[in-house]
Amino acid sequence: MTFQGWLLIAAFAGILLLLCKPMGQWLFALYEGRRTPLHRLLGPVETGFYRLSGIDPNEEQGWRRYAVHMLIFNAALALFTYAILRLQGVLPLNPLGYDGTSADLAFNTTISFTANTNWQSYGGESTMSNLSQMLGLTIHNFLSAATGIALAFALFRGFARRELKTIGNFWADMTRVTLYLLLPLCIAIAIFYIASGVPQTLAASVDVTTLEGAKQTLALGPVASQEAIKLLGTNGGGFFNVNSAHPFENPTALTNLVQMLSIFAIGVGLTWTFGKAVGNTRQGWAILAAMMTLFLAGAAITYWQEAAGNPVLHDLGAMGGNMEGKEVRFGIAQSALFAVVTTAASCGAVNAMHDSFTAIGGLIPLFNMQLGEVVIGGVGAGIYGFLLFAILAIFVAGLMVGRTPEYVGKKIEAREVKLAVLAIAVLPLVILGFTAIASVTGAGLAGPLNKGPHGFSEILYAFTSAVANNGSAFAGLSANTPFYNGMLGAAMWVGRFFIIVPMLAIAGGLAAKKYTPATAGSFPTTGLLWTGLLIGIVLIVGGLTFLPSLALGPIADHLAMINGQLF
Amino acid sequence: MNKDLISSLRPAFVMTLLFAALLGIAYPLALTGIGQALFPTQANGSLVRESGRVIGSTIVGQAFVSERYFNTRPSAAGEGYDGLASSGSNLGPASRALATRVKDDVARLSGTSPGQPVPADLVTTSASGLDPHISPEAAFFQVDRVARVRGLDPAAVRRLVDRNVERPLMGFLGEPRVNVFKLNRRLDAFGAKPAA
Repeated sequence: MTFQGWLLIAAFAGILLLLCKPMGQWLFALYEGRRTPLHRLLGPVETGFYRLSGIDPNEEQGWRRYAVHMLIFNAALALFTYAILRLQGVLPLNPLGYDGTSADLAFNTTISFTANTNWQSYGGESTMSNLSQMLGLTIHNFLSAATGIALAFALFRGFARRELKTIGNFWADMTRVTLYLLLPLCIAIAIFYIASGVPQTLAASVDVTTLEGAKQTLALGPVASQEAIKLLGTNGGGFFNVNSAHPFENPTALTNLVQMLSIFAIGVGLTWTFGKAVGNTRQGWAILAAMMTLFLAGAAITYWQEAAGNPVLHDLGAMGGNMEGKEVRFGIAQSALFAVVTTAASCGAVNAMHDSFTAIGGLIPLFNMQLGEVVIGGVGAGIYGFLLFAILAIFVAGLMVGRTPEYVGKKIEAREVKLAVLAIAVLPLVILGFTAIASVTGAGLAGPLNKGPHGFSEILYAFTSAVANNGSAFAGLSANTPFYNGMLGAAMWVGRFFIIVPMLAIAGGLAAKKYTPATAGSFPTTGLLWTGLLIGIVLIVGGLTFLPSLALGPIADHLAMINGQLF
Repeated sequence: MNKDLISSLRPAFVMTLLFAALLGIAYPLALTGIGQALFPTQANGSLVRESGRVIGSTIVGQAFVSERYFNTRPSAAGEGYDGLASSGSNLGPASRALATRVKDDVARLSGTSPGQPVPADLVTTSASGLDPHISPEAAFFQVDRVARVRGLDPAAVRRLVDRNVERPLMGFLGEPRVNVFKLNRRLDAFGAKPAA
C-alpha cells in the first residue's frame, strides 16, 4: 500500500461528494419535468418522438400502467436486438464478416443488455459486427439506464405524493432522462475519450508489422461512443473482450478516473434528488453516508489485500503486490478501486481480471453484488434497491419502539414490508439456487477454468453477477454454452424485473397514502443512528444469507493460498 | 391490465425505432465524424507508420520476446498480444498452473540477469494481454541484457530507459511506467548510431 494509493481513494470520494448536489439538482429538474437549458436544442426531438408514437407526456399513470408500459417497451427493445444479433451476417457494417450469433448467445446477450447487466458470454472483437455494437447494444446501454432512473423517479413520487393514484408517466421520464442527461453527457465524455486515444472509426481492424517483424491485427471500431454510455449508464458491456482493461477502451490513468466517476455520478446524484423530492435533503445525505461507508470499507479491504499480494508467488521470488491480471498503467490501487466501484454499482465493467485477484480481494466485489448493489448501485436501481432496505430498517426500528413506523411522512405498513421482503428475497433465492444446480450437474461443472474452491467461486460469481445485473465475471468460466447462456439469461431477467414490479407496487401504494407529519415519537431518519441502522440492515438482511457460500468459495481459497495448497 | 397492454404497443415499437435511429445510428456516426475531424490520429488507434507500413500503436502493446529488445509482459491474449483476442489468464491465486508458469519465468529471467530480484510485472500476465507498459523496475532489470546483446554501453542504455519513464499525473494518478514500444523504437534509433 502506498500513500498515493490512499490519496487516490480519498480524491475519488471527494470528487464524488462535490458532484452529488449539481447532479442531483439536474436530475430533480427532470424528475419535476421542468424546462432545462437543453430544451431549446432537444425539445423538438422530445415532442417529435411523442407525436410520432402517440404519447401524451402529461398523462398520469397508475403503478400498473407504468409497469406494463415499461415492460412492453423493454420487450420491444429486446426483440429488436435479438433480430439484429441473429441477422448480423446479412446486415451492413460487418467488415470482418461475422455470422449471426447462435440462438442461445443472442438470447443471453439480449436479456443481458435489456436488464442493464451486460454480462458478456462473447468476446466483443471476435463476435460482434460494428452494426451489432452500435445499433443492437449501444441503444440498450442508454435505454436500460434511462428505464432504471425513470423507475427511481416513480418510487420517489410514491413517497412524495399525497393521496394520489398515479406515479408519473413512464415515457416522459424515460425520454427526458435520455435526451437531457445521458445523451449530452455521453457526447462530451466520448469526445474526451477520443482525444485520449479511444478509437472511433467504422474500420474494424488494422494489420500491424511489429518491430520484431511479426504480424499483429488490432481490432478497432466505434469504441468511444459505446464506452461513454457503458460507464455512465452502469451497463458495463465492453467493446472488447477484456472491457476497460483494453488499452483502446481505457488508455490512461485519467480516462480510468473519469470512468470510475461516470459509474457513480448518477447514483450519487439520485440520493440528493430523493431528499429534495421528499422535502428534506438531509434524508438523501443520510442514505449517501450509509452507502459511502460501505463503499470505503470495501475499497480499503480490496486495496489492502491486492497490495499485500499473493504469498504463493512471493515464495517463488515474484515479490510485491498481486499484478496477475492487472495493467501496469493502473497498478494495484486503481485496479482495486475500480473493482469495488464497478460491483458496488451494477456496472460490471472491469479494468483488471477479478478472477485473478487474491481470494479476499475478490470476495469484496462478490459481496458487493450479493448485497444487491445498493452501495451507490446502478443508475436508478441502486437507490430504489436501497429504499427497499430503508423500508425494512424503519420496520425494524418500529418493532423496537413499538409503534407504526413512518418514513419520510408515509406510514410503512404490512403491504410495503411484504413487498420489500419479496423483492429482496429474489436475490439469495436465485443466486444460491442456480449456483447449487450448476455445482452438481455435468454441464455446470464443465464451466470453471480453475479447480478447487476457486472453481466454485467462478460459478457463484457468475450467478451473483447475473441476478444482481452486474455483468462482471470471474472470466475463467466458459459461459458461452447453452446451459450457462440459458441459466444466466433467466437469472438476469428475474433479477431485474422481479424486483422492479414489487417496487412499483410499493410506489403505487405509498402515493395513495396520507401524509403523516413527524412527531416526537417518530424515529428520526436523518441522523447517525439511522445511517448506522441502514448499514446494519443491509449487511444482516442482504449479506448474512451468503456467508456459507462465501466460506466454500473465497474463504477456503484464501486459506489454501496462505498455506501454499495449490489446485 | 388489458387496456394498459394494448395502449403500450404503439409507443413501445415506435419509440424503439426512433431511439434506435437516434442512439444506435446518429449518435455513433456523429461522434465518428467529430472524432475523425478533430483527433484523426487517436480516433484511428494512435498508429505509427514507417515507410508506408503500420508498425504499431503507441497505446496497445505488441509482443517483444527477442533478447535484442526490452521484453513486454507475458500475455494470455491468443498466442500472445493477439489484437483480436484480448484476454487475461483468469488463473486464481492458488492455481497450480499459475504457480508453475511463474516459477518457470522466474527461473528463465534469473538466468538472463543473475543476482537481481525479478519484478512482479515481468512474470504476471496483464488483464488485457495487450499491456503496452512495464514498470521502470522491469525495464532497468533488462538493461544489462539488452546492452550486452547489442554491444552498447549499459550506462547509456540505462539513461535511455530513465528518459522514457512516464510519471503519474499530479503525483498520484496512475503508476510510474515505461512504454515498451516507444522505448524499443528509441533503442533501435540509438543503436543505429555508433555506440558512444
